[in-house]
Amino acid sequence: MKKRNKMKKQYCIFIFLILLPLQSLVADGFTQRFPKPDFEEGYKIPETQIALARSGYWEYFDVALLTFLLSILTWLVLKKRSRNGVLLISVFTLLYFGFYREGCICPIGSIQNITAALFNADYFVSFSTILLFLIPLIFSLFFGRVFCAGACPLGAIQDLIAFKPMPLKKWVQSLLGLIPFIYLALAILYAATRSDFIICRYDPFVALFRFSGSFLMIAIGVLLLLIGMFIARPYCRFFCPYGVLLNWTSRFSQKHMSITPNACIECKLCENSCPFGAIDKPQSFKLYEKRNVMVQRLIFYALITPLLMFAGAYTGAKLHENLALVNNKVSLAYEFMNQEGLKEAEQNLEVRTFKALGTPLETFYKNASDIVRQFYIGSIIMGAFLGLVFGLTLSRLSIPKYKKGYWPNKGTCFSCARCIDYCPVKPNSIIKK
Amino acid sequence: METNEENKKGRREFLNQGIRLSMAAGLAGLGFYLVRKSHSEKMLWQLDPSKCVQCGRCATECVLSQSAVKCVHVYDMCGYCDLCGGYLRPDAKDLNTAAENQVCPTNAIARKYIEEPYFEYHIIEELCIGCGKCVKGCGAFGNGSLQLQIRHDVCVNCNQCAIANVCPSEAFSLVPESKANKLVGYEKKK
Repeated sequence: MKKRNKMKKQYCIFIFLILLPLQSLVADGFTQRFPKPDFEEGYKIPETQIALARSGYWEYFDVALLTFLLSILTWLVLKKRSRNGVLLISVFTLLYFGFYREGCICPIGSIQNITAALFNADYFVSFSTILLFLIPLIFSLFFGRVFCAGACPLGAIQDLIAFKPMPLKKWVQSLLGLIPFIYLALAILYAATRSDFIICRYDPFVALFRFSGSFLMIAIGVLLLLIGMFIARPYCRFFCPYGVLLNWTSRFSQKHMSITPNACIECKLCENSCPFGAIDKPQSFKLYEKRNVMVQRLIFYALITPLLMFAGAYTGAKLHENLALVNNKVSLAYEFMNQEGLKEAEQNLEVRTFKALGTPLETFYKNASDIVRQFYIGSIIMGAFLGLVFGLTLSRLSIPKYKKGYWPNKGTCFSCARCIDYCPVKPNSIIKK
Repeated sequence: METNEENKKGRREFLNQGIRLSMAAGLAGLGFYLVRKSHSEKMLWQLDPSKCVQCGRCATECVLSQSAVKCVHVYDMCGYCDLCGGYLRPDAKDLNTAAENQVCPTNAIARKYIEEPYFEYHIIEELCIGCGKCVKGCGAFGNGSLQLQIRHDVCVNCNQCAIANVCPSEAFSLVPESKANKLVGYEKKK
């Protein structure tokens, strides 16, 4: 018995030795080196196991559920005026869209799919993704940011954890509020050039929803939650790129949540109720400077904004090559140029693989330089856009708007309905003017 | 004063209305434009085994702690070799099935005797981490019946696949569901 085994081993080694030099000779088209055996004892070849994904209909179910949640939230915020209702929906959203569906794909990330489809002829989105992108924006356009109130799992997890929110100074808030614009501009630039989906890559909470992810992202997620206990919803206010779009649409919303159900009596009870600093205080005429000072200031900002735009465009043009390095093709082209002279063992995996695949160098370099060119144009537009945003933010900060009463800021208000409970005015009480 | 303010309010409301409607029209236009570029099907990530170079990143880069990429055995391609390049290390000291002689680091390949001299190899999915070592061995010495593929029952279908970002041979792509699960030498049976 033992001898037979040994014989078998030697036979095997023999085959091995014959085959080793052969393997390089065998061409790729050669599919089966060893023919499929003819079994004598009635062995049946098992079926290859193909793993099927969750049915595609579930995506449409999710879209329908999102629409339903948004409708309920709209009713809760505008008609019922119930914070508890919003809270319940938030918990449901966190459990279903967060921990059960585990994040992808969400409206925040869908910005990139939409952008990639707009700028690339060969990129396709699924129909449900388009709906996911548009529906919260349409709701925001008519009823304010009800999506943020309780239909976004990222918002929900932060909303539920804001135990001891501290107010921030207005200028700090405005300054940090510029980050989402930069984030959005970069996300669009990288998605349009098909380089990367940075919103998804740096999504801080999806790793927590999945209980799995890179250490860095889990650490950032936990850190944001810790900060979120004291500075409410840090991601929503100071990072979320979809929030920028919701902010723009919500500013022009037809019906927005109001603090008072009737008319504001300026009792100041709600003044500190908003953990997100989204309540605009009344500004009286008397407190502010004369008209000509204001006009001068307006002219100053009208002049400085184009300057900022130009500076932004210039910076973008200067930085475009660095920005382009995120793109795999561009970075490979750079690495290839740097490592061409090196021995094979010293080259990295990407370069070695590229060589093995044998793509013609000329088309490869042309492709990479085309992408860099796209980055050049994109960076200039991005820089000018950011300059415009900076200019407008500056002018908004220094030119006060006269208004009566306490009203939620339609742009930044998440419609979470916290402030409603602070208002002593009843819907049917008669207010003397 | 009162009427002046009311006028102002009316004007602002009119302006808001105009901007709102044009924004709505813009969004609707964007939607209609995009519909032409959309699939009604779900989009799934797919690994093209014919491009795969078995670099081993699938095992380490997936957002799941145990990668959703796993080895799939296309039995129709398999030669049922006794000396399987995907199962035994080429530099094995002894030709037996002891752990140190196996290619798979997690013992995820089960070997079953069928008849002289044929052996069946079965991938134990729960153990497979998608390192691709067996795939490399099978491709180098055998028929290439062991192939890496994304297991869609495990995959969370990230909007941007973390492995696709770092795949050196660009073997990952986003495809409609009906075109997913591409394997070399395998025909879907209906």
